[in-house]
Amino acid sequence: MYRYDEFDRRLVAERIAQFRRQVARRLAGELSEDQFKPLRLKNGVYLQLHAYMLRVNVPYGTLSSRQLRKLAHVARTYDRGYGHFTTRQNIQFNWIRLEQVPDILEELASVEITTIQSSGNCVRNITSDQYAGVARDELADPRVYCELLRQYSVLHPEFSYLPRKFKIAVTGSPNDRAAVAVHDIGLRMHRNAAGETGFEVLVGGGLGRTPYLAHTIREWLAPEDLLAYVESILRVYNLYGRRDNIHKARIKIIVNQLGIDRYRELVEEDFAESRGLPRPELPKDEVDRIAEYFAPPPYEPLDDIDAELEKLASAEPRFAAWWKHNVAPHKQPGYAIVNVPLKAPGAVPGDITAERMDALAGLADDYSFGELRVNHRQNLVLPHVRQSDLHVVWSALDALGLATPNLNLLSDLISCPGLDYCALANARSIPVARDIGRRFVDVDRLAAIGPLTVNVSGCMNACGHHHVGNIGILGVDKRGKEFFQLTLGGSSGRDASLGDRLGPALAQQDVPDAIEAIVDRYLELREEGEAFLDTYRRVGIEPFKEAVYGRVEEKAIA
Amino acid sequence: MTRLVRNGELVEDRFVDVSGEDTWPEQGAIIVSLEQWQTHRDALLARGAPLGLRLRSDQMPDAIRGEVGHFDVIALEFPKFRDGRAYSYARLLRERYGYAGELRAVGEVLLEQLHFMLRCGFDAFEIRDPDPLGAYRAAEADFTVWYQPTGDGRPTAMQLRRERRQQG
Amino acid sequence: MKRMIIANRLADGFVVFLNSDDGWSRSIRDGRILENDAEADAALAVAKRDEAENIVVEPTLIEVAVDEAGQPRPVEIREAIRAFGPTVSTSATPGAADVSVR
Repeated sequence: MYRYDEFDRRLVAERIAQFRRQVARRLAGELSEDQFKPLRLKNGVYLQLHAYMLRVNVPYGTLSSRQLRKLAHVARTYDRGYGHFTTRQNIQFNWIRLEQVPDILEELASVEITTIQSSGNCVRNITSDQYAGVARDELADPRVYCELLRQYSVLHPEFSYLPRKFKIAVTGSPNDRAAVAVHDIGLRMHRNAAGETGFEVLVGGGLGRTPYLAHTIREWLAPEDLLAYVESILRVYNLYGRRDNIHKARIKIIVNQLGIDRYRELVEEDFAESRGLPRPELPKDEVDRIAEYFAPPPYEPLDDIDAELEKLASAEPRFAAWWKHNVAPHKQPGYAIVNVPLKAPGAVPGDITAERMDALAGLADDYSFGELRVNHRQNLVLPHVRQSDLHVVWSALDALGLATPNLNLLSDLISCPGLDYCALANARSIPVARDIGRRFVDVDRLAAIGPLTVNVSGCMNACGHHHVGNIGILGVDKRGKEFFQLTLGGSSGRDASLGDRLGPALAQQDVPDAIEAIVDRYLELREEGEAFLDTYRRVGIEPFKEAVYGRVEEKAIA
Repeated sequence: MTRLVRNGELVEDRFVDVSGEDTWPEQGAIIVSLEQWQTHRDALLARGAPLGLRLRSDQMPDAIRGEVGHFDVIALEFPKFRDGRAYSYARLLRERYGYAGELRAVGEVLLEQLHFMLRCGFDAFEIRDPDPLGAYRAAEADFTVWYQPTGDGRPTAMQLRRERRQQG
Repeated sequence: MKRMIIANRLADGFVVFLNSDDGWSRSIRDGRILENDAEADAALAVAKRDEAENIVVEPTLIEVAVDEAGQPRPVEIREAIRAFGPTVSTSATPGAADVSVR
């Protein structure tokens, strides 16, 4: 993984020193809250319902054991002993004191972790595929370009006061695990007709109040033009993006307002004009230099040991279930990708205690070359586990309560923090997620249902990505009470789609029944090998509408 | 009270901002609005006095693209400090349209923004601090590492790394 | 309608309630109950002054109900969650064994 050099370290130190001064000025009253707010947001400091919340970047989802230990230390020392992994490869601490933030930032900086631009109207954490570098279906490791984009976007003098937040995602695989179609800029690595590797560039995707799938602005972009082209996209957004209405300020709005053709025209014009002028060129030797940091770890030359694992599995059904669901194939023979869902029955999705973080860091050291990943469904990954270690790793995870065999199954829900924590929320998302998780505990049943993503958001800002869940659940406030709107048929991968509204919002206690009704109807209707999404796309929404509103006593909300 | 810091010095502003007025003095340095410039171009040039232009944040500088040479001062407005359009305007003016006069940031200009404004090509600031020069110098020194190239010529980390590799 | 003033303290962000001494308490039990508009206005003025003095952020009036035991409780769920904390807890995950930490 990337290691800071003296330039990176100095910049972070200067940024922290600057923030320390800003905090002092705020506490002394030299800055008003209105002036201070964007400054603290740019360092990831939110003021939420209970306290300040600190959002920490996990750049493109890659974490070292050393970093994870430091996060555990922060949780223990400055917070209430736990952290929360989000849907954007970040971790959040919910009980932070402003006066301590500069010290926390220094602690984090000592292990090359920052909160820089984790919030604010600027380019946010660059996210990527959690299997980057180890997936069999990968064309190239996208993290090289993520790191280049990260440096490019940090403290950009021209783009630190954009109309609104800006999110970039990169995938190096045709199986898009980074959800590029719902980002402000999505980058898909692929080969052109001449066999050269480059980027399909997409713009204008996003969830929230007005969800959109991104449009292709460039079919193929050469890597050396990546930063300069992104700069042109950002510049056109900075110039033309709406600033009159906070809910209409994302790039997706202006792209759809102007139309992708006009937006492309403006970008290509700027890109052509900037040639020869100061702009961020990306010479190949710089790409190669960064790529060295992402060279594979010293794998041993091993063989796949499927037969042995089968034998173990047939002797131990619990290991078998875990191996089947949570372990993904690795590009290196003899190795495997171990997923660690933070989704035990009744757990708060994405939450993890400091003790478990430390224990996981230990497992990473012993079994995964000291490396972990964070995915987009609030789960962690041990990316380089020897197949011969799978059983011992499973035992260790099991003892920690981190071996629930439900990856990508129904109980692997994602949920935003919701009204329990977040000042923006209309409803509490976590209790709904937990109730559903408690209802669907039986592993065989979950396996029989098959892959099914359930995404819960506590408000229209959609931090729980409900639009792209196979089942989406959106918390709404009706007459002071919490109700939940369901959507069906969303998907965030290569074939991205936005979910369709099922019907009137449901009371909280009716949501688990509704999910059961949907699942039962799916099982009735599905054909051989059809996942939920496939069946939904084949039969449409009516059968499910009828199942839910027939089963659940209707509490009709117009 | 706002004081003007230009090129790192505390100076008196010799320009009178008439962009919100209906009339202007026959002599002396004045700053006009884009509308005034477009309507009274010849008369303003005929004054033979230094001329400045003040652009609102919704007025793109390509409106004066071929004419930047007429202005000694261009003032770009930040109606709210969150409105970041003028950072791009500044770079366009400096790097593409060849503007070489004073580029002034006016409106809600926070000290925390000075460093970025300098990098984008601003060289004059209305600063509302009791010690404007001290505040300016501190802001200028906020960072000594820059990842992105602009027209200010400061070397980027990428450039410095390459130089090191070539030497080493 | 009974009301109370709620805010976040600037330095540590914690939720506080204006108390009878014109100070700020962490516990809603110590919050000053405002019985009428005059009291509410006066309290808000004090709170706004403290906001200007950088002690608290965003002081607001919220409606409270008082139970038989005299315990005040915000009427709106959001404010109740601010007063009493999240309705979910992360300390326990079912099935977790003791962990030995490196």
